[in-house]
Amino acid sequence: MLSWISYKTIARKEIVRFLRIWRQTLLPPVITQTLYFVIFGAFIGSQVRDINGVSYMAFLVPGLVMMAVINNSFANVVSSFFGSKFQKNYEELMVSPTPNRIVVAGYISGGVFRGLLVGFIVFLVSIFFTQIEIYNLPIVFLFVLLTSILFSLAGFINAIFSKKFDDISIFSNFVLIPLTYFGGVFYSIKSLPDFWQMASRLNPILYMIDGFRYGFHGFNDVSLQISLLVIIFLTAFLLLFALYLMKKGIGLKA
Amino acid sequence: MQVISVKSLEKIYANGVRALDCVDFEMKKGDFLGLLGANGAGKTTMISIFTGTVNKTAGSVNIFGIDIDKDHNSAKKKIGVVPQEFNFNIFEKVIDIVVQQAGYFGIPRKKALKNAEKLLKDLGLWSKRNNPAKELSGGMKRRLMIVRALVHDPKLLILDEPTAGVDVELRHSMWEYLKKLNESGVTILLTSHYLEEIEELCNDVVMIKKGKIVIKDTVSHVLKSIDEVTYVIDVDKVKKTFVAHNFVYKIIDENTLEVRITQKHTLNEFLRILDRNGMMISNLRPKSNRLEQLFLNILNA
Ligand SMILES: Nc1ncnc2c1ncn2[C@@H]1O[C@H](COP(=O)(O)OP(=O)(O)OP(=O)(O)O)[C@@H](O)[C@H]1O
Ligand SMILES: [Mg+2]
Repeated sequence: MLSWISYKTIARKEIVRFLRIWRQTLLPPVITQTLYFVIFGAFIGSQVRDINGVSYMAFLVPGLVMMAVINNSFANVVSSFFGSKFQKNYEELMVSPTPNRIVVAGYISGGVFRGLLVGFIVFLVSIFFTQIEIYNLPIVFLFVLLTSILFSLAGFINAIFSKKFDDISIFSNFVLIPLTYFGGVFYSIKSLPDFWQMASRLNPILYMIDGFRYGFHGFNDVSLQISLLVIIFLTAFLLLFALYLMKKGIGLKA
Repeated sequence: MQVISVKSLEKIYANGVRALDCVDFEMKKGDFLGLLGANGAGKTTMISIFTGTVNKTAGSVNIFGIDIDKDHNSAKKKIGVVPQEFNFNIFEKVIDIVVQQAGYFGIPRKKALKNAEKLLKDLGLWSKRNNPAKELSGGMKRRLMIVRALVHDPKLLILDEPTAGVDVELRHSMWEYLKKLNESGVTILLTSHYLEEIEELCNDVVMIKKGKIVIKDTVSHVLKSIDEVTYVIDVDKVKKTFVAHNFVYKIIDENTLEVRITQKHTLNEFLRILDRNGMMISNLRPKSNRLEQLFLNILNA
């Protein structure tokens, strides 16, 4: 009972927060992804051959949606949780009987909600550029949900370790963005030389985009089972790590 | 019933500062305890360990009979805290801050809104309920933190300098409020730098100095044990020839004297000497609050 009410309180606060500042949280990613559609899909894409029988524009859609989901889930939790740690209003939760797992669940829900909302809007925008038939809807949902949870957790952990505002953009700029770009948003790794194909397989984001794209188009570069396993394993790992950090009070308690 | 029981509590911060050193103390149900100590003595550190924002280094803390190492969350259900520094989200509305805090304690929204309304009215903040917290004055922000601390009906209320920056009138009304709460059965632990506040409100006093407890007693007993008081006396004119043997006194200016009264001589004797010298006494007051005197004595010891 306590946990449920507390969970609803945190999740509600998180969702209201990003909706209230939609000009900073919803609008920019939609504009960015639309630019990708225009430049890569329409301008450049018209000169690129079909991939596995789908147009380059259609090939791009799952990648660009997933990219938006990843960035926004991550950004929402890292900035909100770091903000409340920095402003000290996280103490309101610390002095309450809310269990740590509920705190994590509440913040993650905010991140997932924003990630999925932005992802959905980007998908709606894509309809103006190309027609897509969805091959397997449950797979689409499964991959987008798990990925969103995974990156919300990553944002949460990043916030725990951050001491100043600069720290919350380091991971995003130096790890997340490059990995996303090299994760097969814009190309199939099969088009790469062997070495780069192997190297790409070390990039966890590849599996998320690849599985997600399978849900749309029914073809993939790596096996679906492996993709799913990688995501589930990473999500479980980050969840346990976040709970461990909270239990020890690392980055949160003096 | 034991509300707080602390044994051999120790806190060493990451930077090596030993903020608490072998602290033992207890509070029983219904107690109103004042925690005294200079800046940096360790008051906030101790409170933060009780409320869960600071990890202790060693020792044990039981709150309502619950060992915080085993089940801090069950203990937290009954604790309300007013921290020393403002820590709410200043962009959020007053009512939201209070209702959210109730939510974190598992209180359904409807009930939370009712509790919030009553408390905001009691503390004179109801008309500000829809303002973002940043629009409140300093004193209002303090009161907001009191409302927030009480929204789940805590049985133990901990206040870290609740009247800092609060005007005199408001301070008195806050005192009345806290007294009533205490009479209704809420155990209260309060820190303050206003010693008259502790004298006015508390039954017990604990004083810490550099992380160690140096006094642990009832307020009345401590006050009785104070054996010297300095008085300030205003007279029409201090005679040039004035001397009072056996007294330690100081002539401040031509209208004012200070005299330290110990157990050897009474204030009466000194006043009689003034009278014999033909000096008219127009005013008489203790130089400082009595607890303050004790506080200074111990600090300088
Ligand atoms: N987060 C922290 N990290 C390192 N040292 C700290 C931290 N918080 C407090 N200290 C140190 O611990 C000691 C006790 O501080 P504390 O805040 O408990 O004092 P206090 O009695 O509440 O003082 P005040 O009356 O000024 O509020 C001080 O020396 C302080 O510098
Ligand atoms: Mg303090």
